[in-house]
Amino acid sequence: MNLTLHVWRQKNASDPGRLEQYQAKNISPDSSFLEMLDQVNEELIKEGKEPIVFDHDCREGICGMCSQVINGIPHGPEKEATVCQLHMRRFKDGDAIFIEPWRSRAFPVMKDLIVDRSALDRIIQAYGYTSAHTGGVPDGNAIPVSKTYADAAMDAAACIGCGACVAACPNASAMLFTAAKVSHLALLPQGKVEATRRVKAMVAQHDEEGFGNCTNHYECEAACPKGISVNFIARMNREYLKALPKAD
Amino acid sequence: MILDGKCPTGPIQESWDKHRFELKLVNPANKRKFKILVVGTGLAGGAAAATLGELGYNVEAFCYQDSARRAHSIAAQGGINAAKNYPNDGDSIFRLFYDTMKGGDFRAREADVWRLAQVSNNIIDQCVAQGVPFARDYAGYLDNRSFGGAQVSRTFYARGQTGQQLLLGAYQALSRQVKAGTVKIFARREMLDLVVVDGVAKGITCRNLVTGEIESYWGDAVVLATGGYVNVFYLSTNAMGCSVTATWKAAKKGAFFANPCYTQIHPTCIPQSGDHQSKLTLMSESLRNDGRCWVPKKKEDCGKAPGEIPDEDRDYYLERKYPSFGNLAPRDIASRAAKEQCDDGRGIGPGGRGVYLDFADAIKRFGKDVIAARYGNLFQMYEKITDEDAYQVPMRIYPAPHYAMGGLWVDYNLMSNIPGLFVLGEANFSVHGANRLGASALMQGLADGYFVIPYTIAGYLATVTPGTVKTDAPEFRESAEQVKAQIDKLLSIKGKKTVAELHRELGRVMWEDVGMARSKESLEHALKRIPEIRNEFWENVNVTGTNEEINQQLENAGRLADFLEFAELLAKDALHREESCGGHFRVEHQTEDGEAKRDDENFAYVAAWEFKGTDKEPELHKEPLKFENVKLAVRSYK
Repeated sequence: MNLTLHVWRQKNASDPGRLEQYQAKNISPDSSFLEMLDQVNEELIKEGKEPIVFDHDCREGICGMCSQVINGIPHGPEKEATVCQLHMRRFKDGDAIFIEPWRSRAFPVMKDLIVDRSALDRIIQAYGYTSAHTGGVPDGNAIPVSKTYADAAMDAAACIGCGACVAACPNASAMLFTAAKVSHLALLPQGKVEATRRVKAMVAQHDEEGFGNCTNHYECEAACPKGISVNFIARMNREYLKALPKAD
Repeated sequence: MILDGKCPTGPIQESWDKHRFELKLVNPANKRKFKILVVGTGLAGGAAAATLGELGYNVEAFCYQDSARRAHSIAAQGGINAAKNYPNDGDSIFRLFYDTMKGGDFRAREADVWRLAQVSNNIIDQCVAQGVPFARDYAGYLDNRSFGGAQVSRTFYARGQTGQQLLLGAYQALSRQVKAGTVKIFARREMLDLVVVDGVAKGITCRNLVTGEIESYWGDAVVLATGGYVNVFYLSTNAMGCSVTATWKAAKKGAFFANPCYTQIHPTCIPQSGDHQSKLTLMSESLRNDGRCWVPKKKEDCGKAPGEIPDEDRDYYLERKYPSFGNLAPRDIASRAAKEQCDDGRGIGPGGRGVYLDFADAIKRFGKDVIAARYGNLFQMYEKITDEDAYQVPMRIYPAPHYAMGGLWVDYNLMSNIPGLFVLGEANFSVHGANRLGASALMQGLADGYFVIPYTIAGYLATVTPGTVKTDAPEFRESAEQVKAQIDKLLSIKGKKTVAELHRELGRVMWEDVGMARSKESLEHALKRIPEIRNEFWENVNVTGTNEEINQQLENAGRLADFLEFAELLAKDALHREESCGGHFRVEHQTEDGEAKRDDENFAYVAAWEFKGTDKEPELHKEPLKFENVKLAVRSYK
């Protein structure tokens, strides 16, 4: 396959950035999108040009490191897949492809396609955990969890923290990310006693980071590589409303 | 030198409890005076940093990714073992201990493996308390499944994403400590040197991967939890950033590297599709619970669609060769068996490098829904990569490099031969012997991080005065200058070949000559080729850009430079070990029916290598292995 790429190049956070055009030649339809970029980079290096910089690591769709907006869609056209799990057979010979970084004020561009997502870490640091000390916990089977709830918690916990929900949202909201963690922990008996403090702290941090609010566009769910449901946003809102009047 | 692992003596059942009691403690009020550096934030490093922070130490944690949550432990799918015996099928700590010893082909330390089996039960409790959503049955109790190398169901799992959930548990515990102010995380930092002052580990030198700044950090102890080195094969199941750099740099500062030739080739990976391939994807081994491995009996059937080959023309080779374990044979056995079928000309798929993993019978027996509930995400992943629906046609699998059992040598306290340098998880050599059973890597990472290092590091710290060496010591400046000099050198070569091209060349040599089956000839060939590639690298590599920016070519070049030195040691270790064991298969040493043949008389020891210089012979130190609680037996899975 031969493709024309329009890639966002930006030297650093203060550089205005621009789209530049490259040719991707002799691409195997079986290669992944990132392997296609690897091949383009090899060519660029041979031509004495700067290779395109992008975040990636496990290339198995689970680490959440890769982050590219492809033809306007975070992680590209494949449903429930990260960029590293997008394969070139999804494209046609001769296609023009636009590649850009996540766009959100809370995710400043660092270089080319790499953005700073540390805001998501700070939301988890705000209270995205149960305060279990290491050691001195009860036997695992001493806390039975109904299968229905364990499964639903797992549905929420599957979030890989890639930030595609933010990139897809017209409000640049990270509510799907925040709601996934709030819901995962709210669905389990563990850490229940601190549930009120948890949801308040996490929502407050979300807002402080400069993420917008949810106005039900559902773009996050459509872009999420793990198919996290917007129902969890509803669950978080309910947890939040329940928590508001409580002093704790 | 004969090495002493400092293992406790006496009955093994009491060894860890007795040792733990005898270890010195650090007064709670004094803990905050100590600073501990933890490099790597996966299961071992993340758990260690969280636990040490919670105990009150000052912890600084480092990772090369943008967030601690992205460590490669996240990609482990299948599960984590524990000897809970919830299914009442005869499991016990001793049985888990025994299975792990046997699985490792009797090349691991008894005391370390016993401790692993003992604390495995605490790990499950800990993770449940953190909210890890393990699979549950309808009564609300924890569910188990079986895994390669075991005849009991002792594996706990969270769908096909167990590693992810366990890592997120550790990451959340770590995040809690960040909030509490006991842990500071330095992301997008790569450790490029260990700083040793008067023979004691006192700090590290890092490159800030965003600014290029060379940074020095001091600590009263350094904990390396930086994972394994199988990216030395270029194509592997590891994340792209996994490297030997941190452990190799420590080895160059005097830490012994133990058993580097023990690498695991995992049987259940998606076969390579072409030269563009950048990595191989592992399908969870749990698939072998319900999937049946087969190849056509006749060579001429290999090109046919699998559905056109009737049952009597299929060779279910694992069930045929290993009737009692069948498709659940351990990884090295299953990998080698797959390669044998392909070498015999009966492989399927592109290039004949694949075997079928067939779910048709399981779907007939349980229905598609049950199989989808067990492995749905894996089937989905398989379809994305291969464009095939494994509910309709069998999966194609082939072995790929997956895990390093070798690593830095550590004693029972997980301390290397450099005082103050501790090594956890895949980065050390301690518990897996020559092979790793399924669902045991997650167990080791968390055991070391949550339940071993918090005790053993105290025993060391109680003997040192905190904060005596800071970054103004001359050793830090020297280290930083060395690191800077290497970076300048890499950027100045401006040759013709890219880093990836040279890495592929190294990978080809490693896979062909030092891969699943090794011989004297192949290893000697590798030992000739590796220095040639290394010389070409230093004369002809092209690293673009500058140091003072995000520069992924520079990062990769540094990692490859270390692989090119380490690969030689790996091949040397394989050449010296004149026996077959676990993942190390020397073709000269096999039984008549092609099984690995150990030599306990001459090789029941840990080979710990001391680096003497890039062009000098490393020195071999031995730690003899004593077996008092398991009987050395031929490892049979028939």
